[in-house]
Amino acid sequence: MSHIVLLGMNHNTAPVEIREQLAVACRKEVNPLHMLPHLEQVDEMVFLSTCNRVEFLFTCDSIAQGIREVKTVLGAHIGLPDSVPLDSYLYVHKDIEAVKHLFMVASSLDSMIVGEPQILGQLKKAYRDAVEYRTVKVVLNRLLHKSFSVAKRVRTETCIGSCAVSVSYAAVELARKIFGGLMDKSVLLIGAGEMAELAAEHFLRQGVRRMMVANRTLERAMELAARFKAETVAFDRFLEELKVMDIVVSSTGSEEPLILYQDVRSRMRERRNRPLFFIDIAVPRDVDPRVNEIDNVYVYDIDDLQGVIEHNREERQNQAQIAEHIINEETIKFNNWMNSLSAVPTIVSVRQKAENIRRNELRKTFSQLPHLSDSEKEAIEILTASIIKKFLHDPIVFLKKKAQRSAQAIYMDFTQQLFNLAEGASEEDAAPVEGEDAQDQTFLKTAKK
Amino acid sequence: MESLFLVIATLCYLIGTVGYLVYLFRDLEQLHRISWSILLVGALFHGAALVMRTAGAGHLPADTIQESLCLFAWVFVVTYLILQIWLQLRILGSFVSPLAVVFMLSSSLLPSQIMLKSEFIKSGWVIVHVASIFLANALFTLAFSVGVMYLLQERHIKKKNFGFLYERLPSLERLDSIAHYCIMSGFPLMTAGLITGFAYAAVVWHSPWNWDPKEILSLVTWIIYAVLVHERLAVGWRGRRAAWLSILGFSAIILTFVGASLLLGGHHSVLAGKM
Repeated sequence: MSHIVLLGMNHNTAPVEIREQLAVACRKEVNPLHMLPHLEQVDEMVFLSTCNRVEFLFTCDSIAQGIREVKTVLGAHIGLPDSVPLDSYLYVHKDIEAVKHLFMVASSLDSMIVGEPQILGQLKKAYRDAVEYRTVKVVLNRLLHKSFSVAKRVRTETCIGSCAVSVSYAAVELARKIFGGLMDKSVLLIGAGEMAELAAEHFLRQGVRRMMVANRTLERAMELAARFKAETVAFDRFLEELKVMDIVVSSTGSEEPLILYQDVRSRMRERRNRPLFFIDIAVPRDVDPRVNEIDNVYVYDIDDLQGVIEHNREERQNQAQIAEHIINEETIKFNNWMNSLSAVPTIVSVRQKAENIRRNELRKTFSQLPHLSDSEKEAIEILTASIIKKFLHDPIVFLKKKAQRSAQAIYMDFTQQLFNLAEGASEEDAAPVEGEDAQDQTFLKTAKK
Repeated sequence: MESLFLVIATLCYLIGTVGYLVYLFRDLEQLHRISWSILLVGALFHGAALVMRTAGAGHLPADTIQESLCLFAWVFVVTYLILQIWLQLRILGSFVSPLAVVFMLSSSLLPSQIMLKSEFIKSGWVIVHVASIFLANALFTLAFSVGVMYLLQERHIKKKNFGFLYERLPSLERLDSIAHYCIMSGFPLMTAGLITGFAYAAVVWHSPWNWDPKEILSLVTWIIYAVLVHERLAVGWRGRRAAWLSILGFSAIILTFVGASLLLGGHHSVLAGKM
């Protein structure tokens, strides 16, 4: 029977230096999924890579060997020398734990900024890539789709995403602790990204007086400026704006810090020491950490914002518990489905289903023919039983034969759909998840193989 | 009667302080209102005692260091009570009320050494001198409390280490601007107080400057606040440095007030001896 394994590292296990390395690797065009055909043990694989996390989700028959293979792929992908011991930064989740972890990730419960919405999009992209590389089959296909619907459930049934838990909210709250009211403050956006835009929206809602956008591509800057009723400034001129702006939200893809100690220091006198607040959500960081040492200047990078979020933990605890309950529920459901995928339970339920039909039909027939003698009844029973037995003989032999193969899950799943065995099957039909087409396509592709 | 009222006042300040210290941990508006009211009751008893004392002595009760500190404590509490209505910064009470208790207790412990001969205190000049200096010092003491709050909050935000006070303390800009207004209104008062003092000295002792320790320390204090005011207005000093300077200024006030008379051996009384 195949196992689901999740191997990866995130903001909890790897320090920012390692993650900075990751972010560089994540910009490379090569997707490690192309390695899958070379992996003997690994059957299906999904590769998720964000600024703060890298995860391999895969299925294999031998857990130990699968992990070993995937670790080599990971090491090669990041491009770290062998001397750096990756193991201490890695976590490995197996089977039900892996499922649970994935659901947590999808629902943004495992995110650095719990409730931040990007992770689901990133996971969907990871899934699309995997579909493109044809590395997902029955198990991961179903698991990923399930994770999307779990995330949706968590989002609608709890307020994890909206209440005081997003990076933008944290940033705004901090700004209010520094500046008090934000009505007369101005915000400079450097670079663009979903998280930065979210922060900008929050600041706009707080009624900031002025907003300015600096971006490497002017078109993008103008696009954002139009959205936030902001002005634009040339990217190489934004340092001058530090003299007048109060809040700087920075999220460029630059690999070198853009704002250095001296850049800020030299402009503080002209600012008349009015406080300056940097929100640096870029990885690698855009603002030199030493800038925080300047009087009246406050620099918060993504790790620091985590600290703020941590501070709100208590009020979030309740919501997290509700979310966790949802996740546990869904994990158990998925696990049940997984267990049903091996040959024996499938065969048992096929037989069960046939037997149920036979009994029901017999009961109806016997009640309409009350004059039948016991021996006649017995003959009819034997007749129906042998029809079913003979009819199911070939399919069952087929399933037993396939049970030896690593791809058994495909056939078991197919059988279950064919006979409409799975409990969850009807539910799945009733609530089609986003990307259903993709799911069908994958299924066809894998079936063709 | 008078001393009974002072004991009641001190007890009220003590209870109010306890209330405000609890308020530090539990955000209950009711607690703040009760504590504030108790401080108000204390200030009323305190004021009544001072009126009795003034009536009894026939002059402002400021001729001993003990009486001066007692009078100052009252000015300070009243200044706070009024400013609180205007500022609506509840947590301020937690940082201010302990000082009132400290002032009251130390006033009762201090020796009742004569500082100024009572005939001087009857003069209108001296009343203006004492009133403006005390009000200035009360405002500077508030600036000190706010400065401490600022430094605590600044530390939370700068070190990214959020203690329980982080939630309770207001924004940095708010604290800084309160300190700013306290200093800016205190400084002219102090200047006026010093000028009336020098003017009076010139009239009585025929010399505005007598190298009295208290005079020297007062001038040092004035210079500290002058630097603070100048830097704030001209350079835009604010925040941490300004808060530290206001703490330094407050230490100078304490030194002037208590130290000069206790440690450096009587100040204005030296003058009195000269007379």
